[in-house]
Amino acid sequence: MTAVITLPSSLNDLTFEQVLEQLAPHPPEEKVILDARHCTWASPYGLTALLTLAQTRQEKPTFLTPEDTDKSSYWVRAGFFKYAEELYDLQGNVPRARSSGESDVLLEVTPVNRSQDVHDVVERIQKQAEVILTNKLHLEPRAMMGFSMALSESCQNIVEHAGRGGWVMVQAYHYRKRLGRWAAEIAVCDAGIGFRKSLENGQRRPVTDRWSDGAALELAVVNGVSRYSDPGRGQGIKGIRGYIGRRGGKLAVRSGTARIAIVPAWDDDVPRRDNLPNFPGAQLQITIPENVGKTA
Amino acid sequence: MTRIDVGSVLRHSANLPYADLVTRPTGAAVRQCIERELEGLHRGDVALLDFSQIGMMDYSCADEVVAKLLLAYKHRDADLGYVVFHGITDAHLEAIEDVLHHHGLALVVHFADGAARLVGAVSDDERETWEHVRALGAAGAADVARAAGSEPEVIAELLGALHRRRLLRFDGESYSAPNVAHH
Repeated sequence: MTAVITLPSSLNDLTFEQVLEQLAPHPPEEKVILDARHCTWASPYGLTALLTLAQTRQEKPTFLTPEDTDKSSYWVRAGFFKYAEELYDLQGNVPRARSSGESDVLLEVTPVNRSQDVHDVVERIQKQAEVILTNKLHLEPRAMMGFSMALSESCQNIVEHAGRGGWVMVQAYHYRKRLGRWAAEIAVCDAGIGFRKSLENGQRRPVTDRWSDGAALELAVVNGVSRYSDPGRGQGIKGIRGYIGRRGGKLAVRSGTARIAIVPAWDDDVPRRDNLPNFPGAQLQITIPENVGKTA
Repeated sequence: MTRIDVGSVLRHSANLPYADLVTRPTGAAVRQCIERELEGLHRGDVALLDFSQIGMMDYSCADEVVAKLLLAYKHRDADLGYVVFHGITDAHLEAIEDVLHHHGLALVVHFADGAARLVGAVSDDERETWEHVRALGAAGAADVARAAGSEPEVIAELLGALHRRRLLRFDGESYSAPNVAHH
């Protein structure tokens, strides 16, 4: 039996849960079709999570491409189809990439498999993103450095903890709905072992009856605990938290059946969710809003 | 004085074709190369770690290069050698300050304009005392206490602590900041 999973018209970290809810009853060996025909927009999280989803399936899924080629040309510019064609059986039109002048895609979908990839990602973001981060997000040099560091540390989590490769994408866009200003979004997704298993492998599971994906996320993201006993470990996520705190940004991390978020005043997300549909690995999203002079 | 160009270490000794210090494996490779060069330091020598050719540094790399280097020196004889950082910019400070505070460490940074200051986990009293020594050039506890308007015993304790942390040199009579300005 083949299940059809319908993608929402706007695919982001929150609406991606609808995809996972539809997917939950269907085991990995079952064939699924992802119907994106009526999907008109996808965030970096949405695109990288779609590639991650395909990696969790034993049977290669089918992907029905967006019908509106004007909209899906963005998916091409974002580099999605370059990797999707290996992971999905694509059906439908894949438009050619068209130059649109200055692109708001700061880093197209990029695989992260080893440390060298992190170096490449950091070098590319510094070359490609400086103009937009300066002119649209008004980030001063130190904040731009912090942005690159947050990106670097997020990607390193894949290399050091996931046990398999993952994906990264960065985009700037005008976040009308919640912020009314520009924001840059970093999305890093993998289908690896996830936070809970990583901490268990490092003998870092605390003695408690309430051990869960949510507890593991809280231990790692809030308390900065790493699977490594080295006292210098765990500073990457701690550093990201400090950076987003100073910039009024948002951090959301999903792993297994839980999601945790450091929520700024401009957002009304829930700090922690448990009992979500299981999704292997770890999926991280960082949102840095335009600097309007109120953050240090 | 021994000058170590960290950018050159990254590209040549560690054989990594990058300008940025990111990722733990990169940091560990660079630190090991620096440690080998520091093994040649003589008693009282100052090693200048020059970061001028380094683009950015992330938290993991700062922990591997800066914190682990200082931690390895922490329990050794304080006079064995001093490490001073140079060419540090805002691009590096965010990560360096973070890891230093995490480990309770501090270091001396010499800036291009000749200014020097302590970076990391130091108290206001320690910082003020260090600044007085730096302004005086070389001074005993009594002179520093006079300049600071504090009790000599209190200042002597602060000076001793800064010396044990390799943030000040001590020749048996007077304290001075590890000086690389004339090089």
